[in-house]
Amino acid sequence: MRKGTKIGLVLMALSLTAATAAFPASSRTQAKNTFIVGAEGDPILLDGSHVADGTSLRVITQIFEGLVRNKPGALAIKPALATRWKASKNGLAWTFTLRQGVKFTDGTPFNSAAVCANFTRWWYRRADLQGDDISYYWNTVFGGYARPAPGSNGPDKALYRGCKTAGPNAVRILLTRRSSSFLGALALANFAIASPTALKKYKADEGTVGADGGFRPTGTFATQNPIGTGPYKLQSWRIGDKLVLVRNEGYWGPKAKTKTVIVRPISDTNARVQALQTGEVDFANNLTPQDAAVVKANSSLKVQYRPAFNVGYVGINQKLGPLSKPKVRQAIAYGLDRKSVVGAFYGGQGQLADQFLPELVEGFAKKGVPQYTYNPGKAKQLLQEAGEKLPVELEFWYPTDRPRGYMPDPPRNFQAFAASLEKSGFKITPRPGQWRGGYVSGLQSGKAALYLFGWTGDFGDPANFLNVHFGVQTDLFGFNDPKLFNLLTRADQETDNAKRVKLYQQASIYVMQTLPMVPYVHTTVAVGLRKNVKGYVMSPVELEKFDSVVVG
Amino acid sequence: MLRFVVRRLVLLIPILLGLSLLIFVWVRALPGTPADALLGERATPQAVAEFRVRYGLDRPIYVQYWAYLKTTLSGELGTSVASHRPVTTEIRDRFPATVELAFAAMIFALAFGLPLGFVAAKRYRSAVDHGSLFLSLIGISIPVFFLAIMLKYLFGVRLAWLPTVGRQDVLVDAEHPTGFYVLDGIVTRNWNAAWDATQHLILPAIALGSIPLAIISRVTRASVLDVQNEDYVRTAHAKGVPPQQVDRRHVFRNALLPVTTIIGLSFGILLSGAVLTETVFAIPGLGSWLKEAIFNHDYPVLQSGIMFLALVFVIVNLIVDVTYGFIDPRVRVS
Repeated sequence: MRKGTKIGLVLMALSLTAATAAFPASSRTQAKNTFIVGAEGDPILLDGSHVADGTSLRVITQIFEGLVRNKPGALAIKPALATRWKASKNGLAWTFTLRQGVKFTDGTPFNSAAVCANFTRWWYRRADLQGDDISYYWNTVFGGYARPAPGSNGPDKALYRGCKTAGPNAVRILLTRRSSSFLGALALANFAIASPTALKKYKADEGTVGADGGFRPTGTFATQNPIGTGPYKLQSWRIGDKLVLVRNEGYWGPKAKTKTVIVRPISDTNARVQALQTGEVDFANNLTPQDAAVVKANSSLKVQYRPAFNVGYVGINQKLGPLSKPKVRQAIAYGLDRKSVVGAFYGGQGQLADQFLPELVEGFAKKGVPQYTYNPGKAKQLLQEAGEKLPVELEFWYPTDRPRGYMPDPPRNFQAFAASLEKSGFKITPRPGQWRGGYVSGLQSGKAALYLFGWTGDFGDPANFLNVHFGVQTDLFGFNDPKLFNLLTRADQETDNAKRVKLYQQASIYVMQTLPMVPYVHTTVAVGLRKNVKGYVMSPVELEKFDSVVVG
Repeated sequence: MLRFVVRRLVLLIPILLGLSLLIFVWVRALPGTPADALLGERATPQAVAEFRVRYGLDRPIYVQYWAYLKTTLSGELGTSVASHRPVTTEIRDRFPATVELAFAAMIFALAFGLPLGFVAAKRYRSAVDHGSLFLSLIGISIPVFFLAIMLKYLFGVRLAWLPTVGRQDVLVDAEHPTGFYVLDGIVTRNWNAAWDATQHLILPAIALGSIPLAIISRVTRASVLDVQNEDYVRTAHAKGVPPQQVDRRHVFRNALLPVTTIIGLSFGILLSGAVLTETVFAIPGLGSWLKEAIFNHDYPVLQSGIMFLALVFVIVNLIVDVTYGFIDPRVRVS
């Protein structure tokens, strides 16, 4: 028996070794013409009008197209299913001329009736689907419904008024008031045009909303039959395992360069990076700075950065303490050592912010922005000029958990800022709070004097940054500045893009003069790729198109 | 025997009821709220209030508990707040992955733990015995996720012998009638898929099986040492039965009894270890699902998911106890 056991042990060890050694390197020698994406998870549904999460939208972007799109790698609006567009003089009607000869992947034609069918679908949305967790983008951009549920806006408050066909190849989108920001939003996958035939056939809007708010479609549109006009179409999707896209051979534009795209869900960042190292995926989304360093050090991998599309700032509530005084706010701006914080805690992925808008967003002011370089002496002097007795006592709120992209380590940011403010004539009382334990609602209800906060854009329009924060009076900032409110309203209403950009530049500078907050960082997002992947163009809004990708 | 089973099943009711209350309270005691977790920067007081109304979180906690109990008893487990998929569907899709992994880990633990313990006992106080003690200590004390990452790094990244994520290579075409990938490959006679799925199981099974392996080897060793000194073993030796036959027939068999119980208990270790192992190896099972749910404050998933795992644990132990009764009739009598 003793001998037998020994032999058994040896045999087992041998068989295991043999099993591992005999493993064919199939997952490492990539099949040509296939691009394997390591995503953070599975999409929720493949229907842009029912989801708001990046993982779903990135897949939807491959299958569907909107009237317009973002220029690859930028935010400028370019033609997609519409070839050109023009606003009426009063800015209340926008005529889109549609691309001709385009077909959905179910063979039905794309035309003005199809576009209006989609807008009508969104506008007449069922009451139980109008909540923010399902319809966030429509609510944010078009702001209401034909038949509003309790808590939703109706036609009186909505921006959208209707969609009219003007012949087979043109549509008119009617608005209730002048606003140009919706154009930038139309590039989002949420407003992509789906085949009306397929929507009906596969029952896209039928289903139940559970007591807990989730929509469960009974039809298969959003799970098995998402039909759009995009460069790819869905072949199969097994949740937890893989989602397979294949090239749409009937695509109206240049055909996708890689035939198959496979999206596999890997929620753990570490596991995503290791899968990239072993070649089990060609692309790993969302790397931490530490992971990015690992990827950079590997000769068969490379790192690419998504242009910054967020802002981290130190918020100031002008309703509290001496903060309504402009000189006190300037003193804060001079008293924050922003450069050191960005240099020390962002692993090379932070850019020092001198204004609220990230550089790629139109309206970013290239010159004329007041600069507040760290200067404790000047800060103290300003406080004295404001008639304050030093040190000025302030409460400073910061979250202890849940790092955000623009704030990977909030407590350290706070400590550095508090230290630099204390050198500049302030006395800081720390107010730590849990992001998920009411921190945000505390700020939003106007309880915090100074606070760490930020914003990640929804879509590539300056209104989504500036108007959202400074367009009306809010409890978050507590100021009332009709001059700024008017400027931002005018900017949003301007239909001539060149003029509009100028107005936003003015607003961006004005915000830095009046300092409702002090921005300090815009961060980029790192993704990892295998070196043989070419043509992956980064999108600030995270919605990269895979059709230009070549796996060598 | 039947009475024994029925009694145990009836006992399940208060256990599960108490457990449901415990989980319900625990989930709500997690720091933060689902509204803050999901709404992010947009968590204005108004948005948070709306969210609470929609998800029924504004009602008194006993009303919430009662509602939860009622719907659970009707078989309706709710919908995941994060994925919007019904919890029952998620459990159906994910359970096979976890079972397959637990099974593979158990096979690994038994295949190595039993011989190791046996040899250690036979070579009592020799270098082999000390070596096995050392190995067991390592097995128990190394955190599962650490071992998992190390294994992945060595065999996946460095040596490139084994895959590191998922259950199947994405380039392998396979059908999945049962959801148990290795079995699926065999059933559909897709040997390539079965082999591929097996390879995907090796590293996670080793990582997850390390703790049960250590326990099994220690228990086997102790048990063999005990049995060796029993009268019937001495008698067999005295009768002149060849030593190997004594070992096989009298020692090993009897020594296995306590190990059976350990298998049942180890199942709990496997389920809890699956949370980390599945996350590290990106296996879409119940463990990685629960980890995500904690992160997202996904109450329906946490409540039903944990209840489900608890139920499985209790049932597995019941089965083990019953099996034990078959192997050792003395248990039934008592």
